[in-house]
Amino acid sequence: MMLLFRLNGQSVEVETAPDRRAVDLLRDLGAPHPDVKDVKEGCGTGECGACSVLVDGVHRLSCLMLAAQLAGREVVTASGLGSEAAPHAIQRAFADHGAVQCGFCTPGMAVAAAALLQDNMAPGREDIRRAISGNLCRCTGYVMIVDAIEAAAGKMRSDPSALHEERVASRKAAKSSRKATMPSRKKAGKS
Amino acid sequence: MPRLSPPRADALSKATGAERYAFDVLPEGCLHAGAYRPGAALGVAHGRVRGVDASAALAVPGVLRVLTAADVPGPNLHGIMHKDQPVLCGEVIRHAGDPVALLLAETPEALRAGLAAMRADIEPLPGVFDPEAALKRGAPLVHQGRKDGNLLLRAVIEKGKAKAALKAAAVVVRGEFSTPVQEHAFLETQCGVAQMLPDGILHMTLSTQSPFRDRFEIGGALGLDPFKIRIRAPHLGGGFGGKDGATVQCLLGLAALNTGGKPVRMAWDREESILAGFKRHAVRLRCALGAEADGTLTVFDCRMLFDTGAYAHLGGEVMELSMEHASGPYRVPHVRVEGRCVYTNNPIAGAFRGFGVAQASPAFEGLMDELAAKLGLDPLALRRKNALTRGDENCSGVRLTGSTDLCACLDAVAGHPFWTGREDWRKSAPPFTRRGVGLAAVFNGMGYGRGLPDMAIAKVELTEAGEFLVYNAVADMGQGNASAFALLAAQELNQEAASVGLVMPDTERCHPSGSSSAGRSTYTFGNALVRACAALRHKLISRAAMPFLCDTLDGLELEPGRVVHRPTGRAMPLSVLARFLPHDDRICVAEFLMPVAQDISGSARGFMIGFPHLLFAYAAHLARIELDELTGRVRVCDYVCATDGGRVLTRQGFDQQAQGGAAQGIGFALFEDFRLDQGRTLTSDLTRYLIPTALDVPDTVSLAVDGCEDSGPHGLKGVGEVGLNGPAPAIASALRHCAGLRLRQLPFTPERLLKALSKARPAKARRSA
Repeated sequence: MMLLFRLNGQSVEVETAPDRRAVDLLRDLGAPHPDVKDVKEGCGTGECGACSVLVDGVHRLSCLMLAAQLAGREVVTASGLGSEAAPHAIQRAFADHGAVQCGFCTPGMAVAAAALLQDNMAPGREDIRRAISGNLCRCTGYVMIVDAIEAAAGKMRSDPSALHEERVASRKAAKSSRKATMPSRKKAGKS
Repeated sequence: MPRLSPPRADALSKATGAERYAFDVLPEGCLHAGAYRPGAALGVAHGRVRGVDASAALAVPGVLRVLTAADVPGPNLHGIMHKDQPVLCGEVIRHAGDPVALLLAETPEALRAGLAAMRADIEPLPGVFDPEAALKRGAPLVHQGRKDGNLLLRAVIEKGKAKAALKAAAVVVRGEFSTPVQEHAFLETQCGVAQMLPDGILHMTLSTQSPFRDRFEIGGALGLDPFKIRIRAPHLGGGFGGKDGATVQCLLGLAALNTGGKPVRMAWDREESILAGFKRHAVRLRCALGAEADGTLTVFDCRMLFDTGAYAHLGGEVMELSMEHASGPYRVPHVRVEGRCVYTNNPIAGAFRGFGVAQASPAFEGLMDELAAKLGLDPLALRRKNALTRGDENCSGVRLTGSTDLCACLDAVAGHPFWTGREDWRKSAPPFTRRGVGLAAVFNGMGYGRGLPDMAIAKVELTEAGEFLVYNAVADMGQGNASAFALLAAQELNQEAASVGLVMPDTERCHPSGSSSAGRSTYTFGNALVRACAALRHKLISRAAMPFLCDTLDGLELEPGRVVHRPTGRAMPLSVLARFLPHDDRICVAEFLMPVAQDISGSARGFMIGFPHLLFAYAAHLARIELDELTGRVRVCDYVCATDGGRVLTRQGFDQQAQGGAAQGIGFALFEDFRLDQGRTLTSDLTRYLIPTALDVPDTVSLAVDGCEDSGPHGLKGVGEVGLNGPAPAIASALRHCAGLRLRQLPFTPERLLKALSKARPAKARRSA
């Protein structure tokens, strides 16, 4: 099928099998260029969260989605949150607070954190732990990840320009029109 | 202390998804290779290969080749110490994950379909799945023709007269302990890309902890010249020991010989990673600890049995380190430790952070708690009384001349409110809940030990553009050694850390510097690097003297980006100075060899290499837990670890190791219940094998003990491993504190706890009646 969707703010038009896994498609496409493989895969069964992306602003696992489910959607991956030159407040905080060790879980973890902070600008540590509980990290013991998300939330509260406002707007629009086309992470994980 | 460490050099590129792991390397026109491992699907862990039928697989569009053992050039055997593991099995499979064929396909989809279409005729052979059974006469042999049958290695440490001392001891405590297989569960599975180029060089980019050794593993197994193999190791997505040794290496090398020069990728999926990857050894220990009435330890006696699975890999070496740590970080005059490491048809065991020490720690600490209870002594005071200090002789007879600051670790936790308030915590338990605080003192040897030179060779270059470049030769599996090297070089060269560039391990551009393991990376390579940087600094100052027309070096200094002559204030940018120097002159190379213990021959028998060690990291851990009496669930509410790692280079890096190690240790203690049935892995994916999530581990507090290891770069020691060893004994200790339980079999699952509680309850009721 010819698939149309938006990836990190850019329109994408790609010929693909509709039943291709979204994670494979996103890794093939890359963003901003094909060499970037910012969407990771750690298990392929929805357990580890390394393939986390935002689909219409909602935290989704791209290993449990099919390409066709992206049609018409706004997809944001870690490299869409920010770049090394212009990192997102969450990515900056991950670096500053020591939340990154091997880093293979980090792009997905940053996406999970972004999803949380869209809904809750002042999460407590327990809220943060719950929000990232579907994203496994084997290196850090999570302490500094929670520190980083807490710090990023504080930064974003005090400096609203750190927020990606257009995305919040698009999420609000999406929320009202969201359809039950994709399995939620939790349901999928239990099935 | 605030976390003011400079961010790791790799942090932002990883957080933004820009960092390229071996997993992410996918050259144009890349083929895909996958191993066919029939044992798991057939339910056979030990069997004779009667035939491999690839006809259906070859009919799948996009499947190009199916290779079997007959296609392997060379001896078709690899293994770090013993060459006993086939690249592809031709006659026998010895565990359920053994491969019998290698498929090459144009796409991952074709590869999957091809693997699903493969068939093999495997005649089941009697298997052996229990290490004790494996030692019985008449047990099925995992490897034919070995003089010792299924016994891979037997070794003994003997110091003093343990037997007599046990008889003479005022008090003796005994126990049998067991620790399970543990899965590394790094997020990036085993993977890599290989290509044979027209110049005859096999180029590989691998997720590996040991790029230099890999050349010899691949070359040896496939009959290739190891020096015609070039290996690059970008940042790893985790390793923890599980990527030390050949995982994809030999299979990928074989694949690359059969693609007509095209690149080929192999990436195991999670199920294959769990099925075929190396694991932590399951161990059984039977120990006795004797002391005088005042708690002075006199004797430790231990027998340990290691299940190394189907192949030797590092089984003997892991056991040796375990034996060396068996009696704990204590002064014990009479010691006897006997270890046996045994082949079975279980998955292959190997290196895992805490390399045998994590398995020994619950035993020696469990007995220390037992002894404290028996003698009515404070468990912390008992440990402090016997703790090793600098100048002591340890259980193998090594005189500890390096920094040995366990007492400082114990003092740090002794004053912590979780320890001083432990009785309040216990009394505060809500209904149907127990609360307790547990303590553990642990240690971990650093480096390879005697017999295997622990050497690193560092290279640093001033580029033509006047920038510094460190040739890191030790893989960074996530512990941050690469960033630490940039920082050490910056300090030595008086530059900004961010301005120092890094080359990641590359066997063509860097010098052989050993594996990323054994808590050695930052210590050994860091020492070599400090020397190389000092030489380069001196060289640059000397070279600047000429254009500055200085006839002495007095007053010349290296500053960020330039050399200055203090007396006159003249300065020369490094970009200019670099142009005065020919390429070879802009490079300094230096090596470092880790110091070793004095010869202690006589105390140990049967050891291969890697014994004994001279330097150790130490730690004291506190676990504050809650036990649900109705469900048996244990929650670790708070966790504190005080670590002696010499001088701290960056507080953030130090805390990362402590907190990460603690989390893996908590998983080992409570959740990670690797299940096998007749050699078949039941916990075959991450839905069945549970590692801790953010909701399962607390905000671990990491305390640093102010010490200094004089032989270390800037006074540091390796702290990568010691943190994993504490949680299992600390949690066991807390379970004893809260409910009087003596748990000796890991992990402490709800089922085991409910059983232990139901056993303990009537006894308690009788006592209080």
